[in-house]
Order: sequence, then structure tokens, then C-alpha cells
Amino acid sequence: MDTREFFIYLLLLAGSTYLIRVIPFSLVKKKIENPFIKSFLYYIPYTVLTAMTFPAALFATGNIVSALVGLIAAVIIATRCKNLTVVAVGSCLCVLICEIIINFI
Amino acid sequence: MRTKNQYAKGLVDGIPIGLGYLSVSFGFGIMAISAGLYWWQALLISMTTLTSAGQLAGIGVMANPGQYVPMLVSQATINIRYSFMAVSLSQKTDSKFRGIFRAILGFFITDEIFAVAVSRKSVSRSYFIGLATLPWIGWATGTLVGALAGNILPSIVMNALCIMMYAMFVAVVVPPVAKSKPLFAVVLFTALISAAFYFLPVLRDISSGISISICAVASACFGAVVFPRKEGDED
Repeated sequence: MDTREFFIYLLLLAGSTYLIRVIPFSLVKKKIENPFIKSFLYYIPYTVLTAMTFPAALFATGNIVSALVGLIAAVIIATRCKNLTVVAVGSCLCVLICEIIINFI
Repeated sequence: MRTKNQYAKGLVDGIPIGLGYLSVSFGFGIMAISAGLYWWQALLISMTTLTSAGQLAGIGVMANPGQYVPMLVSQATINIRYSFMAVSLSQKTDSKFRGIFRAILGFFITDEIFAVAVSRKSVSRSYFIGLATLPWIGWATGTLVGALAGNILPSIVMNALCIMMYAMFVAVVVPPVAKSKPLFAVVLFTALISAAFYFLPVLRDISSGISISICAVASACFGAVVFPRKEGDED
């Protein structure tokens, strides 16, 4: 990616994110009452994060086995501890240990 | 003096958010370097965009040239929640927090800043600026450190760190899913169709930005139709 292309992408990324926050903040005054839209909005953060994580996370590390181990570790730790950093570090450590083992086999 | 107090109060309330952002954005910095970006590009993205999922999807789209429409469509879907947070927050701002201030400060609406701000009776400009200060600094600093670390760490450590952002997403999704069967069903549905878009012929040729959008919107509609939320359901 050349520098010009990067700045086009940056403009689209930052610009669209900015407008999506600011346009309703500046214009909308009424409260949303529609139950479908309210339900949709409740679910959307979870569906976005799930769609981004699965199955893409399986290919994020050097090896699908270590990624799977890291992902399962994250799920298990997250059911016991809500702290984001603890979950992240625990998952990373599991991947690292798994990759070291795989490299030595 | 009152303005100063409000700013200080916001600043203090922003400390835990700023610390949390340090580690998440460290993960982003690492992934940006893995995706082939330079450290200053990662830093610029974080300073101008201030969002986790959107930025991660953004660097995914950047891997291929000319994907301008997928960039916009994926950002619109991933970030649409901010529109609704903005609407919600607009009901809480005090009388001076309008016009140009909304146009500038709206930039700082993130999941966590919103959650803290909206829990207050009334949100003043000074408080909101204070609240946003440390998270923004934390987000930029973490990205810079992650990107610089990404240039020197051995590849095996980099591989392990690339799971970091996904682990954080898991940490956001799993606790509420464990408590709610409808949410569990919706998330399972999302994972299944997302896998279909990743592996099945034809579907797998669709750009990642677009397929994330389709999966997320379809699943949220599924949830809203099959398991509509009732008044009084907790968030």
C-alpha cells in the first residue's frame, strides 16, 4: 500500500467513524421507542464482535492449533473473570506456550 | 472554578478507561504491524479513529487496494452502535453542550466513555472533555508502544500477541452470553453464518468488511425478531 492509498483509507476510516458519531449527536433530539430497533441495537455489538472473532481468530497466530487453544482459553477465562486484560494476557500466554511446544516437536 | 472541578472529575473517571485502552490498543499496534503498516500509520489511525473493532476491520480491508466501498460499509455496520449511543447521550447533555461542542466532542463517543457519561444525571462539556482525555491518550500511547514492539519482538511472540484483540472481544461477549440464553442463541447463529462466509465457495470471495456487516446485521435482525427485548430487560 503506498502512502497516498493509505491516506485515502485513513480518511474513509476516520471520517466515516466520526460522522456516524457526530451526525446523530448533533441532530437527533427524540428518544428511540421502536421495540425492533431497540432490540436490534442491543444485539448488534455482540454480533459484530462475534462475526469479527469467529472464525478469523483461528488464523491470527502462526498455527491454527495454537489459535484454537488461545480462543478456548479466552472463553474459559472470560466466564470466570471479567477483566479484559487478564483474559487477553491469559489467552496470549496459552498461544505462546502452544507455539513453543509445536516448534519443539 | 466549577468548570475546572468538572474537568478534574471527568479526568479521574477516565483513569480506568485509559488504563484499559492501553492494553487493547497495544494489541491493535501489534496487529497493524503484522498487517504490514508502519508505526506512524498505526498511530495516526488510532489518534483519528478511536475505536477497537472498527480499526481492526479497517486494517483488514486495507490489506487489499481499492476496497473503498467495503471500508465504508463495514465501518457503518461496526460503528452504527455509536449513533445510538450518541442519541442516548444527547438526552443527558446540559444546555451549554450543543452546536459546535457536540460536533467536536462527539468524536470521543466510545463504548466505555459513553457508558460512564450516560450514567450521570447531566453531562457538561468540561466533564466530557475531562472524561475523554486519558482514554484518548491511552489509546494513542498503547498503539505506539505496540507498533514499536511489533518491529522488534521475535515472530513467535508476535504470533501469540495477535490473538490479544480477539481475546478482548471474547471477554466482552462471553460474560453476558453466559447469563442469557437468547443472547447465546444469537451469538451462536452469528458464528455459524460467519463460518459459512469464511469457508463456503462464492461466499468466501466476499470481502471481509462486507461479510462482517452481513453476518452482524442478519444475526441482530434474527435476535430482534425471535427474541425481542422487553421494557425493563437489563442491558
